[in-house]
Amino acid sequence: MLKDQDRIFQNLYNDLGPDLTSSQRRGDWVNTKEITGKGRDWIINEIKDSQLRGRGGAGFPTGLKWSFAPKEVGTRPHYLVINGDESEPGTCKDRDILRFEPHKLIEGCLIASYAIQAHVCYIYIRGEYFVDGQKLQAAIDEAYEKKLLGKNAAGTGWDLDIYIHYGAGAYICGEETALLESIEGKKGQPRLKPPFPALIGLYGCPTIINNVETIAVVPTILRRGGKWFASLGREKNTGTKIFCISGNVNNPCNVEEEMNIPLKELIEVHAGGVIGGWDNLQAVIPGGSSMPLIPKDKCETLTMDFDSLMAEKSGLGTAGVVVINKDQDIIKCMARIARFYKHESCGQCTPCREGSGWMWRMLERMAKGEASKDEIDMLGDVTKQIEGHTICAFGEGSSWPVQGLLRHFKDEIKKRNKFDPIVKENKNIPYLVDQHLLDKNA
Amino acid sequence: MSLRRPAKNQPENFEFNPSSLEAAKSIVTKYPEGKQQSAVMALLYIAQKQNDNWIPLAAMKYIAKFLNMPYIKVYEVATFYSMYNLSPVGKYFVQVCTTTPCMIRGANKLVEACKEKISEHEAVLSNDKSCSWMEVECLGACVNAPMMQINDDYYEDLDKEKTLKILDKILKGEKPTPGSYRGRINNEPENNRKTLMDLKNA
Repeated sequence: MLKDQDRIFQNLYNDLGPDLTSSQRRGDWVNTKEITGKGRDWIINEIKDSQLRGRGGAGFPTGLKWSFAPKEVGTRPHYLVINGDESEPGTCKDRDILRFEPHKLIEGCLIASYAIQAHVCYIYIRGEYFVDGQKLQAAIDEAYEKKLLGKNAAGTGWDLDIYIHYGAGAYICGEETALLESIEGKKGQPRLKPPFPALIGLYGCPTIINNVETIAVVPTILRRGGKWFASLGREKNTGTKIFCISGNVNNPCNVEEEMNIPLKELIEVHAGGVIGGWDNLQAVIPGGSSMPLIPKDKCETLTMDFDSLMAEKSGLGTAGVVVINKDQDIIKCMARIARFYKHESCGQCTPCREGSGWMWRMLERMAKGEASKDEIDMLGDVTKQIEGHTICAFGEGSSWPVQGLLRHFKDEIKKRNKFDPIVKENKNIPYLVDQHLLDKNA
Repeated sequence: MSLRRPAKNQPENFEFNPSSLEAAKSIVTKYPEGKQQSAVMALLYIAQKQNDNWIPLAAMKYIAKFLNMPYIKVYEVATFYSMYNLSPVGKYFVQVCTTTPCMIRGANKLVEACKEKISEHEAVLSNDKSCSWMEVECLGACVNAPMMQINDDYYEDLDKEKTLKILDKILKGEKPTPGSYRGRINNEPENNRKTLMDLKNA
């Protein structure tokens, strides 16, 4: 288990209070001026050395992303945008940072803004987190009052203004370009890339977009050194991560742990074990709903980081671990996730808009045992036609969980949906879709 | 995609009251000059707050004029985002999360409770018109499942009995205390905390 002194979010459970004074006692804002005094290149190199990968799901190296920002500010200002549109089912880590460690985020915003030369930072928070956003706003106001923000923020000589922008219940706005559209006051439909936001982003200006957790760990990394962060976890999957363990466990919780922690330890030690014992485990969704599930036999030895989960054809995503035990109907669980994606598709690309509803309806029928044998392969086919054929990664996000189900629980679906197409039983039902088969028999 | 339609009975006029107007003006200053369209989401939210939790078409027209942008663009935004209610939902708007992490911990029991106390169908006002409920997608409190949101507040770690009690309170016009209903502190593992122990009683 990670040592307590190596935990970045000391106030994850709000033992100490989120206000400025107690945050400063935990080490926030102590030597911000010194850090920025070492220069932009030093900051970006230190983040590169720490091998920090974005915590929002895709795991893109943060230092590299920052280095994409233009070195000189031209006629267009630079922007920093923080993505706090946490809506992935199974994930609730950013909410705790917003309400209990706001100053880590605000200080991170200042350092990141300095590194990419932005004077304005927008924090996009999902609309449902209104109360938590108000807590962050209170922390921002406090920071302005103590001159940690505004002109010459925290004595660094850098001017920074932070504004909160609330979303209004659209999962797709967690996609970075949809988020920019949303800030611009449009409906949140993703943009084509390239051009990437680092060059043409918010209002057409260079914009760096990072997850709340990514930015909140930055000050601590710079204080303790990139080497310290890189010493945790393993190569390319370094540092600590907040894991959200939900579902059928005895003590669902958020916990900060080292990367590469065994999944079993996460569930058994921190979350108090699976309800009904480890043997009652059916499957685990390791990284939020868009990552394919992993069946029990693989959970024994699985370690939680980006690359080892990729090797299992899944992914760490946002590290929202959803535990599903044998009391649950796995097909129903996945049908519900498919319904989520059907509801949240933005409607821009046809494969996703139509396909997400298609998958949902098929899965609902499969859960009831009303689908025919052929449809199991047809469902796989539908997922393949969505994946990779959309503007943003929502297509993958909605089809991967279904593919995961088909990969690991095909037998279960087959057992429940046994019958051949009605046509073969020679029933004369005129409205059947596969009429042509009927003609052939006749 | 979800299908959303404006209500049939629409008020003739809408105007910000003084406090909304002040809030709206301060929000517009957050964005660069000429980019006031960015404020449309926040303004719709203010209009919704002012108008008992829903946005009439008149408010969209008013906001379009306020921000000097085409009405259709405001309409587009208001119909795209699911948190803007386009028809009356009552003073207390109950949203029950039923996405998988909540579902496997018994969110359907919460839905049952809503059906018993508020109305048989979702998005239908209760008898006294004060309250309605809806099934929604993930509200981002999966560790505290099952949970529901009433207006801005989260009610967590629920079961059917607790939900019935909360709904009784709001139907009487009282505001129940938000947060966990199993007495746990935030997102810590109940009675099983293994980390940051020296801070726990600090």
